[in-house]
Amino acid sequence: MKFSPMIQLTHEPIDFAALTESVRSTQAGAVVLFLGTVRELTHGRQTVALDYDGYPEMAEAKLRELEAEARSRWPVIEAGIVHRLGHLELGDVSVAVAVSCPHRHQAFDAGRFLIDRLKEVVPIWKKENWSDGSTEWVHPGTGDVADLSDRTP
Amino acid sequence: MKTAVKLFARARDLAGTAMLELDLSESATAADLRAVLGEQVPALQLILPSLLIAVGNDYAGPTTRVAGRTDLAVFPPVSGG
Repeated sequence: MKFSPMIQLTHEPIDFAALTESVRSTQAGAVVLFLGTVRELTHGRQTVALDYDGYPEMAEAKLRELEAEARSRWPVIEAGIVHRLGHLELGDVSVAVAVSCPHRHQAFDAGRFLIDRLKEVVPIWKKENWSDGSTEWVHPGTGDVADLSDRTP
Repeated sequence: MKTAVKLFARARDLAGTAMLELDLSESATAADLRAVLGEQVPALQLILPSLLIAVGNDYAGPTTRVAGRTDLAVFPPVSGG
């Protein structure tokens, strides 16, 4: 079955295959899927899990704004963005962005724009659970040690 | 006037609550909210300058009016993805 394109926050595992299928179209010659996944090592420190918190109403509004901006800049046929909240283990998918466009460079550019801006403006936060048992919110620019985790391209 | 403000992530942990009632003037701006937050919740002074203030679904600038709003939120820089 074909799902409608979606923008949502969820506490459930992200069905990125369904999300990808939902943006496919006979008008599109290119479909790009980006997945963010929980990484074990950040500058030599070992992560055992991440906890994601979000401000759902504002986050979904910001995601819709980003989709609208992407549509104004590229010939996006369909776009879907799903971000997971709650407790995630290593390798789990935290975010999925799927975009379809007539041509591949448009789909890559629009997809990159969506994930890059998501990380800058959408009110969602991650908390590191380090292997030494400590926990730490990642808040870029506030001088937290975990700052470094998101500064690597 | 008493004004409810939602807190998230480290701001919520430091304040020990997900919702604060702040006493704001009837002409209060986001800058005023930040100052009152620091006075009423000393635990937040550590991260006060970096906190973002949202009015509804939009980020507030220093002069954005917050008086009388029922949809205010305060939180540290975002780190989704």
